[in-house]
Amino acid sequence: MQTMSGAKALIKALEKQGVKEIFGLPGGANLPMYDELFKSNIRHILVRHEQSAAHMADGFGRVSRRAGVCFATSGPGATNIVTGLATAQADSAPMVAITGQVPLSMIGRDAFQESDIIGIANPIVKYSYQPTTAAEIPEVVKKGFYIAETGRPGAVLIDIPKDVQQNDAEIPFPDEVKIRGYHPWSDPDVVAIEKAISLLLSSTRPVILAGGGVIISSAFAELQSIAELLMIPVVSTFKGKGAFPENHPLSLGPIGMHGHAEANKIMSEADCVLAIGTRFSDRSVGRFDEFERNLKIIHLDVDPAEIGKNQSASVAVVGDVKASLRIFLRLLAQKALKKSEQNVWLQHVTEVKDYWRANLKLHPGELTAAKILRKLREVMPAESIVTTEVGQHQMWASLFYDVIHPGTFFSSTGLGTMGWGFPAAIGAKAARPDLPVVDIAGDGSFNMTENSLATAVLENLPVIVFLVNNYTLGMVAQWQRTFYDRRMIGVDQKHCPDYVKLAESYGAQGIRVGSLDELGHAIKAGLKSDVATVIDIPIDPEEDVLPFVAPGTSLKDMILPS
Amino acid sequence: MVWAILSLLVENKPGILFKVTHLFRSKNFNIDSISVGVTQNPEFSKITITTIGDEKQIAQIVKQLDKMIDTIEVKQLDEKKTVYRELVIFRIKLSKASDSMEISNIANAFGAKIHDARKDSIMLELTATPDQINNLQELLKPYEILDIARTGVAALQRAGD
Repeated sequence: MQTMSGAKALIKALEKQGVKEIFGLPGGANLPMYDELFKSNIRHILVRHEQSAAHMADGFGRVSRRAGVCFATSGPGATNIVTGLATAQADSAPMVAITGQVPLSMIGRDAFQESDIIGIANPIVKYSYQPTTAAEIPEVVKKGFYIAETGRPGAVLIDIPKDVQQNDAEIPFPDEVKIRGYHPWSDPDVVAIEKAISLLLSSTRPVILAGGGVIISSAFAELQSIAELLMIPVVSTFKGKGAFPENHPLSLGPIGMHGHAEANKIMSEADCVLAIGTRFSDRSVGRFDEFERNLKIIHLDVDPAEIGKNQSASVAVVGDVKASLRIFLRLLAQKALKKSEQNVWLQHVTEVKDYWRANLKLHPGELTAAKILRKLREVMPAESIVTTEVGQHQMWASLFYDVIHPGTFFSSTGLGTMGWGFPAAIGAKAARPDLPVVDIAGDGSFNMTENSLATAVLENLPVIVFLVNNYTLGMVAQWQRTFYDRRMIGVDQKHCPDYVKLAESYGAQGIRVGSLDELGHAIKAGLKSDVATVIDIPIDPEEDVLPFVAPGTSLKDMILPS
Repeated sequence: MVWAILSLLVENKPGILFKVTHLFRSKNFNIDSISVGVTQNPEFSKITITTIGDEKQIAQIVKQLDKMIDTIEVKQLDEKKTVYRELVIFRIKLSKASDSMEISNIANAFGAKIHDARKDSIMLELTATPDQINNLQELLKPYEILDIARTGVAALQRAGD
């Protein structure tokens, strides 16, 4: 054991965890840890708002599948990360947020910059700790990373009072931690998997529904093997977009409120769904009673609490998705199955897919969402990492940007956080500087965290912001046009700011495009650039995202382009 | 709808009760009663919660509680195989001379203890099942209940069940 301050113990514990980057902003209550960070080789990436620090750590975590780390000071610094914690937790992203707190002796006295962040954050994190002695810190850090990264990943908050950071103590650094009430892994039940296989093989209209759990557990190869072995069509949730290559003949794309027409239609006709790593969110399945027809559901999930929460299952398998699918494959292999490429169901699926893809009616303008997103797909390398903001552009990305390389598409799908995509893209770039990273953005969302341009430029993290700009809060405007008889209020963002000048004022590259050719050149310029690039793509504010499943209705009741 | 008794073994640390009760709020479940106390091992506390819901909701509550990192064990107890009791203390108004005797008779019938007998009021203490307590409360209503304090249920499953 060595004697050292709590702050030093914290930084050493983070180094032992292999942390190389921290996103954050210093303040009075976390200065001792920053002072120790000064002496460390860990890279500090300075943000302009703590919310962005949390989103950057979240983006880093989703791409690297190791917990991203952010620092914030007490009070407003800590409350500013609340949205980031909730976003990461809602999407099961591994993240560890470390906040400073007022000294122990001041807690509860309404001290300057005091907030009960543990109490505030409790419902939106996987776990939270407030060490009260310096000696606890390494163990708390180790537990925090273990909880954030294992089982169903999530957000962990560690709140450290300033005097606990400053105090010297004999500090133990445990090699292992044991948490009595936490058992993240359970072995998948082989008998249940056998039942699932029997059910799947006895069905005549099977569909695989791939959720975000496939991406989290990197079960891409296993999923593809099962789909190809049984020749079963694959739809995904929006969070599961990119769990399966979207240029694959068996892929139908995401289902849901703004899912692909063919995916929603086939999902509505299925008699058996192999649902993998999904929580059956309302955005994916519409009404929760949607599936109360004669449909068998096989549900694989790492989180036992998800079984039966939103949707009852005929067969449930609890365990890591990858481990479960491996057993699934092993048992399937023993059955010596023959591919049945010519079965009636698959033929029907192909006809439905071909019909909708050929007959999809698109907005007639020059720069439409479909055209610009297809251009982006055409120009970007297959392995590029994509993040999105939240809104119409996000759903257009769902429809028109095919993810080819599994596990390269990330979005705030659970909380639906506008302003997430750009800082998350910066975090993703920090995790994978070798890959192109693009944030598909809307102007409303980009406005919320656009000051992260400073971080992108000064920290040399060149990402592309693909700004689908309709100068409006597009999705809200679409709902007002559709459900509120065009009573448009609070959605017009006018022509402010000028995004090219905005980008340039931060030292980034700003390009406005007026044609598809110009767009192609702009994307290439962004890929070559050593600074961040904002590509401003003005589109018609009246363009809608269609198909659309209205809230509270079923997938089969989707509104189609007229 | 069913009435369920949930027994939780949790870490005996500050803030755990808050996390448990907040889980009910955030998942839109209701707590009917709650009691908490340290176990024979000071590292653990036992929380007993009674709640009402359909079977699917109760199963979901149990799963969500089990998922909490500070819960060591979560069980839904079988009412028929469980000893469960609640403590109640009533303060009853004495309006006329005969009230004291009548209330004493009721108390004896339920096995309740009498405390703090005064000219104008009397206190009763009863440890019983919630149903028995409700029955007693019903019988005491005509005498005017001035105050009441109930503890929530404490429960243990019988050995061998």
